[in-house]
This record gives sequence, structure tokens and C-alpha cells, in this order.
Amino acid sequence: MLIIDKEKCSGCGLCEASCAFAAIVVTDDLAVVNEACTLCGACVENCPDDALRIEVAERRIQEGLDEYAGILVFAEYRRGIVAPVSYELLGVGRRLADQRGVQLSVVIAGGDVSRHADSLIASGADIVYLAESPVLEQFHEDVHAAVLAQVIRAQKPEVVLAGATAMGRSVVPYVATVIDAGLTADCTRLEIRESDGMLLQTRPAFGGNIMATIECPHTRPQMATVRPKVMAPAQPDPSRSGSIIRLELAEEILQSRVEVLESVHNTEDQVNIQEMETLVAGGRGLDSEKGFALIRELADELGGAVAASRAAVDSGWIPYPHQVGQTGKTVAPKLYIACGISGAVQHAVGMQSAETIVAINRDQNAPIFNIATYGVVGDLYEVIPELIKRLREVKK
Amino acid sequence: MDYFFTEHQQMIIDTAREITNEKIIPVRAELDEKNEFPKEILQDIAKADLFSIFVPEEYGGFGGGCYEIVLAMEELARGCVGVATSFAASALGIFPVLIAGSDEQKQKYLPDIAAGTRWAAFGLTEANAGSDASGIQTTAVLDGDEWVLNGTKQWITNGGEAQIYTIIALTDPSKGARGASIFVVEDGDPGFSYGKKEDKMGIRSSATRELILKDCRIPKDRLVGKRGTGFITVMKTLDVSRPGIASLGIGLAQAALDEAVVYAKQRVQFGKPIIAFQAVQHMLADMAIQVEAGRALVYAAARHIDAHPKNMSKASSMCKVFATDMAMKVTTDAVQVLGGYGYMKEYPVEKMMRDAKILQIYEGTNQIQRNVIGQELNKEYS
Amino acid sequence: MKLLVCIKQVPDAKDVRLDPVTNTLAREGVDSIMNPYDRHALEEAVAIREQLGGMVSVITMGPPQAEAVLREAIACGADEGVLVSDRAFAGADTWATAYTLAFAAQALGAFDLILCGKQAIDGDTAQVGPGLACRLQIPYVTCVQKTRHVSRDAIEVERMMDDGYDVVRLPLPALLTVVKDINEPRVASLKGKMKAKKATIRQLSAADIGADPLCIGLTGSPTQVVRVFSPEARGDRMMFSGNVQQQVEQLVACLKNHL
Repeated sequence: MLIIDKEKCSGCGLCEASCAFAAIVVTDDLAVVNEACTLCGACVENCPDDALRIEVAERRIQEGLDEYAGILVFAEYRRGIVAPVSYELLGVGRRLADQRGVQLSVVIAGGDVSRHADSLIASGADIVYLAESPVLEQFHEDVHAAVLAQVIRAQKPEVVLAGATAMGRSVVPYVATVIDAGLTADCTRLEIRESDGMLLQTRPAFGGNIMATIECPHTRPQMATVRPKVMAPAQPDPSRSGSIIRLELAEEILQSRVEVLESVHNTEDQVNIQEMETLVAGGRGLDSEKGFALIRELADELGGAVAASRAAVDSGWIPYPHQVGQTGKTVAPKLYIACGISGAVQHAVGMQSAETIVAINRDQNAPIFNIATYGVVGDLYEVIPELIKRLREVKK
Repeated sequence: MDYFFTEHQQMIIDTAREITNEKIIPVRAELDEKNEFPKEILQDIAKADLFSIFVPEEYGGFGGGCYEIVLAMEELARGCVGVATSFAASALGIFPVLIAGSDEQKQKYLPDIAAGTRWAAFGLTEANAGSDASGIQTTAVLDGDEWVLNGTKQWITNGGEAQIYTIIALTDPSKGARGASIFVVEDGDPGFSYGKKEDKMGIRSSATRELILKDCRIPKDRLVGKRGTGFITVMKTLDVSRPGIASLGIGLAQAALDEAVVYAKQRVQFGKPIIAFQAVQHMLADMAIQVEAGRALVYAAARHIDAHPKNMSKASSMCKVFATDMAMKVTTDAVQVLGGYGYMKEYPVEKMMRDAKILQIYEGTNQIQRNVIGQELNKEYS
Repeated sequence: MKLLVCIKQVPDAKDVRLDPVTNTLAREGVDSIMNPYDRHALEEAVAIREQLGGMVSVITMGPPQAEAVLREAIACGADEGVLVSDRAFAGADTWATAYTLAFAAQALGAFDLILCGKQAIDGDTAQVGPGLACRLQIPYVTCVQKTRHVSRDAIEVERMMDDGYDVVRLPLPALLTVVKDINEPRVASLKGKMKAKKATIRQLSAADIGADPLCIGLTGSPTQVVRVFSPEARGDRMMFSGNVQQQVEQLVACLKNHL
């Protein structure tokens, strides 16, 4: 529970201001905690008087933490290809493995995945575990989870990484419960703490308006999902060598209770904004659906695609596949033009690794300008037509 | 301002507000552009029990009065007067049954109206009978156990969309206004059909259509109230319904004021948000004063009507005139505050100004309302 | 049909931000709301009950104030609300939350279908649903965008994937997490609001559900937050000045490399 040292507390109120749950209130120059407290620790961090601390009587501590070693990546395979996020995970996994002086292994599950083993090794894996079965060609939560759990139980890795994709975000939490391990979702940064080798997992919280660093001190493995496009993919080195191990899969774990009747590949709105080099994004500042006609015109002029903030998608102006941000896609194009987007961090986490960011906004104090490479202050309905006009002149 | 609503009234306001924010505002521009009847929204309104507020409890309603209707309609009109008009027209259409109908008729129609599974419409206006309602030419003749109706009703709100129609027809043409009676005609009755759908300046999501009665035969028990009392029922109906129209003006004007203030705070000219200029501030202040004055009058009139059902014409007409003239003025000023943007369809105030105009015209023009007020004054001081 | 919907009371995330100067949360005007995804889970449960009959229970783990979202859920069509509340639950991460909800669900009896929102907007983890399915040993799918068919013993749904969607069939009992596309939540009705006002909210404590004290709250949570901070601002920014034409001219000059 949250302990308030009455001697030290100066009643300054910083704790009250720092609590997202209105759980700590200063009355009569003294902080008082109420039942809304979630023990998030934000107040403890902010207390200038060291008057607050969180005390836990007892901890659930797993035995034999030392037996866990190595980094394991859960590669994602679907429709005959390995998802790009798998190579990004190998990139960061390699770095962590080298830092810890351990091996990097990867598990890949599918109908026929052995042909991908070499590229996984070239991208940094020391060991590739192949789980092959016709059942695994389709995504079955329970079977994929059983495969991953089997590898973890047998290999005892200290860290497990998976993509924060539809598959990863479904399977990995299930596995974390099966093996009683801690899991951090949607990490944007992963580091090893030098002093004790602990994995520090950093992720956005509160819709991305705040960043939080998380660790799992008492359980193993330390599990994390990583958003696609956040980490740089490993540079493949075809000369690398590694071992390939085919997993023995018991018949009972291949029995899925989920029957896949049909698998539909999206045909409409084919453009995957994650693959584009130029994106023009619209937000609340468009004021209506019609604004996207203008956004599209600019995107066409630049040979890019249309993206959107959550506000625009929630308003029903444009469908969800265009959404960039914490609850949408993470993109890293060469050029990102944000039009009428205030730039709340929930949006920023999805696009801040773009090479060049242009912000067009009528509010010169909008947070988008803090991350923009170039800022234009003005009404987007005046700026964009002028920009299109200029771009056409330049082309001539 | 705080009007000290009861908990139940506040619940009605909150519910209507949620409908407006979640269901109406996101689609209102599209409904307006496409001239599309808001069927789904009316179903949402029904699911939220708002159609039941004006139906007595014994017929499955909440037993609210004029005040409760006014509070709900004001909130709906803040989203879209077209949608709110469709809601209001169903209430208007069933009022004759509520006021003069038999218990059997109430049992038959009111539970469905309360549940929102059937909607109503009010068929009074004809090509030659607008402000002068006594000019109606639709007739009803008793033939055995059936009434036979002939005539054409014009500009009927919810026409073609409602299932229950209250039709005013002459049963004794020689007696003029004293020879009119009210009938319930249902969708699908033989000889009953719909004419053309009107293309309107505003409230474009509402359906406005002709009703065609050609040897339309209906059972004898569809007569509402006594034969020949039709006009008395019509006048009572309009007295109760007019504050509803007034409240549409209040909701609409409030929405226009909200848009104008928000815009004035963010629009920068000469290096400052335009709300910093006194010329704009004074316009906004005047708009706010008018909206609040209108609201106070409408609420007072609605409460008066609920308390004094026999003496309500003047209060009803006064609030209708004041609130709807005010809505026209305030929406026009809102367009002015937004300047060129206000004139464009990208911003909602353009639609609001178009929607406002009908409020001064329908359910008795504001000129007719002034006649009513004048006549009442003449009586009072005699 | 016995349906259970797991909901969460969350701060309206769009209003929460950290002041980069003082490193404190700017909480002014932040309301508590029902997690938006959960509203869709609730609507789906109510729609299924309207189709097949039965009962919709809603459950939330949270402080006593979280009772408000249970009443809101009843106003929107749920039949009963259960508040799982105990000081010992505070600080729970997704592992401990799934543990607690599983014990609470079992304390309430057997359910045919459990619905959760895809994720809560305060954490965006999307982990509790699958964790709960694991503890209850029932099949699950996440990110359901449409219910195609439901009967007393099976449900057929569309599961959203990154590249399209799969149509899958699960035997009941099962657990689904839903995305917003699945339905349009209704506005709470007047009758529902009146019912919600009078409803008795059932309370369950850690002892009531028979939870192991070492597996709940901060004590049972394998993950721990060690630092909270504001995201970094980018350094190399350039704000143009002048009127629209002048600013666009400077921008086009800077963007030459991209054209």
C-alpha cells in the first residue's frame, strides 16, 4: 500500500497533481490517499520530500530464476511469408543477446516454414525452432500458444519477444498466463540494465501521453511485445550460421477448439500505409469528412497515401486501416505531413520515427510542432491548396 | 442558468443529449445533403424511451407533460431540427387521440407510440387551407359502418414514413369549421396513398409529403372524439404542441451560439482571436441573452400549460413567436460571426440558418400567432 | 444464455498528459468513463440476449467508485452488476487482473459467453482477455469485428487480422474480445436509467472469491512500473513565419529532396 510519511509531507500538492485517478488529495497540509489508488507510483516519483513510498508486504517470487538464459523471438508467419516485424524482433533480440552474452533463438510456426530458417539465421538467430503442421498454416490461438509455451518450458529463455500484431497480441498474453510470467505490451524501447541484467521495457501509457518503464524482477521469462516498425530490422548476413531444430509436437496440442472457416485477405483499400514512403495525414482540424478530399489530392501530388489521426477515424471520416498512432498503425515513412493534427502523444508514438515531419496547424502551440521538422502555422484549407499549387509549379 | 429540473427531467435531458451527440451530430450533414429520412435515429430515440415521455403511464408511457417534451426536443434540435421535427411530428400526430380519443383508441395506438414502434403524423394542411384552416376541402361521409374520405393533404411531416395519421376532414361541409371531424387513417388503408416528397430549403432530413385520400374507407370507430368537434381538438392540439416548436428554436439557437463562440475563440485575424474584438463580443453577448430569454419564456409557458390546460393559447403562441424569431436572428448572426466560412457547407451554421426559417412558418405562422395573442389581449381587457 | 461482460472504468485518456516541466500528470478536467471498447462488448452481449434470451452480467475490478460504470452498463441493458473491489487488488497488472477476474467469474457460476473490449484505453495492453480465457480454460478469439451467427452451443465470428479477417467458429463456453466496428452501442434508455438507479450492485472482495493473497494486486503482479516520464520532443524543428504563401514557399524549398 501507499505509505505517507506525515513528518516529511509538506502538503505541497504535487502528488495530487500527478495522480491520474484522483486517489491522493491534500487536506490540512497533508496528503491523504483514498480507495481509488492503483499503486501506479506516479506520486512517489514526483514527491519532492520523499514522503511517499509503496510498501508490499510479500512478493510472489518464482524459484530458480537463474536457470533462465537466452533470448527467444516468436516469429510471425502468415500466407506463406514471415512478417517483417519478425526481422525487427531479431534485430533488437540480437542486440540484447550480445549484451547478455547469450544465444538468440527464434520459433516459427506454420504449415511449411523450414524454407524460412536460413533468412532467420542470416538476420541474427542462433537457433531456429520449426513448428510444422498443416493446422499451423491458419492462425489458431490455442495451438500457436501451446507451441510457444512448449518451447519456453523446454528452453527457459530469460526474455521472450513477439510482435504487437493481431497474432502476437492474442497469443502472447495467453502464454504469459500459462507460464505465469510478466508481459509488457507494445514496447517502444528495450534495454538491459548493466547492474543486474534486468530487461527494462519502455512503453507508452494513457493513450501514449505518458511513457512508462517496466521490469519483471521476480519472474522469468521477461516477456514483451514490440510494435511493428518501431525497431530497425537486422541487416541480414548470409554467412551467419545457426542450428535448425524441428519441434516434436504432440497430437493433443495440435487439436484446436477454434475452427477457421475462411480467411479473407483485405482487397479494398489495399494500400498499407506502413509500406508507403510518403503519408499525408488528416486530423480533427479538417472539421469534416470532406477535408480528406484535399488530403488525398496532396497525397496524390506527392505519390503518397492518406493517413489519419484517431480523432478523424472516430468521427467516421475515414476507415480504421488509415489510423496512425497508439491504437492504430505505427509508420516510419520518409515524409509525413500532419494536417490539422494536434499531435497528442497517442498520435506521435505512431509516426515520430518518420524521417521528415511537416506539421500544418492553425494553433501555433499545438504539440505536433514539438516533433515536427517543419512547421506551418495556418488554416490547412488555405495552406494545402497553396502547397499543391506550388508543388505543381515546381514540377513544371 | 439553473432551472432546477427534477431528477426525472434531468434524465430526459441527458438521454436526449446523448442521442444528439452520439447519433445525430455525426450524420446530420449527410442527412441534410441527401434529403434522407433519419429512420435509424428515430429507432435509437425509440430504444432510449424518448417517445414514451408524452404518453400517459397507463398506456406504457412516462406520463410527462409539455415541459418534458420541450426539454427533450430542445436537446434533439441542438443536433438537427430536421430530426427533431420528425420526432415532434409524431407527438403532434397522436395528440388528437390523447386529447379526444376513446379509451379503446388510446389502448390501440398509444402503447406502440410510446415504444416508438409506430410513428404518427398530423394531416391538417391542404393546398387551399394553410393559415386559414377552415378552408379545408377533404370530406368524410359515413357509408354504413365505414367512413369514406376524399381529399388531398399537403406538406405533411412524416408523410409516407408514419404508420398512424390523424386526418381532419369535413363531415358536415355546410357547417364550415363546426362541421370538421378527426379520423385516424393507417398506412395501408384502402384508398390511402402518398404523393410527391417535397424538396425543401431546410429540415431536409424530415419527410414532407402529400397524403392522397381517394375513396379511402376506414371503420366507423376511427372517428376521434365527437363528430363536428374536429376544430376544437385541432386548436387544443396546436396549443400543446407549439411550445415544442419553440423549444426547437431554443435548441437550434443554442447550437448556433456554441458554434459561433468556439469559432470566435480560434479564428485569428489581425493577430488576435476574433473573440478579442468587442464588435464580435457584443454580437455573441446579444445572441446569448436572446437564447436565455427565449429559454426562460418557453419553460415558463410549458409549465403554465401543464398547470392550466384550459387557458393556454396566449402562453403557447407567445413562446412560439419569440423563440422562433429569435432562432432566425441568432442563426443568421452565427453565420455572420463565421464570415465566409459560415456561408460554406463545411460549417454547420449554414444548415442551421436554413433550418431556422421553417420554425417561423409551420404550426401556425408567427403572424397567425400574433393574431392569437392580440385576440386574447382583447378578451382579457374587455 | 448466460453472458458476462468485463468492463473497466478509465480516465478519459485524451485528457491525460504529463507536464514535461514538472513531470506531473495534468489531470484537470479528466473524467472517469466506461472504457470505450467495453461499451461495444456490452452492446454485443445485450444484442445476443435480445436474440437468444438469458442474462447479461457485467463485472469490473476497481475501486468503489467503479460502481458508476456498472450502473451505466445496467442503464445500457445489462441485467446485473458485480463490483470486485478490495484494497488488496490495487496495483494489479494484467496477469493479476486476469487472475482476479477469473476467480470472480468462477464465484458467480458458469457462463456461456464472456465478452471483453479489445483493450482498455488507459493501458492499451489487450492482455486481460486472453489471460482470462487461459485461466478459465475456454477457447477465445481477439479483435472480433462481427458476430455472424450465434446459437446456444457455438458462435461464428469475424476475427480482425492485420491483413484482413478470418471467419472462425468456437464452441461455447468461449471468450471474445471485440473491436469498435462490431456494433453501434445504444444510448442508455430512460427505463434503463431508472433500473440502474435502483439496482443493487453485488460486491465481491478478495476473500469472497477465494483468491490467493500472493496472486493479487501489486503483490501478485509480475510486472512493475519503475519510471514514468514524458515523451521526448524532437530537436531539429524549424517553424516558418510569414503569411501562408511565404510559409509554403519556405516549405517547398526545404522539401526539395523529397520530390
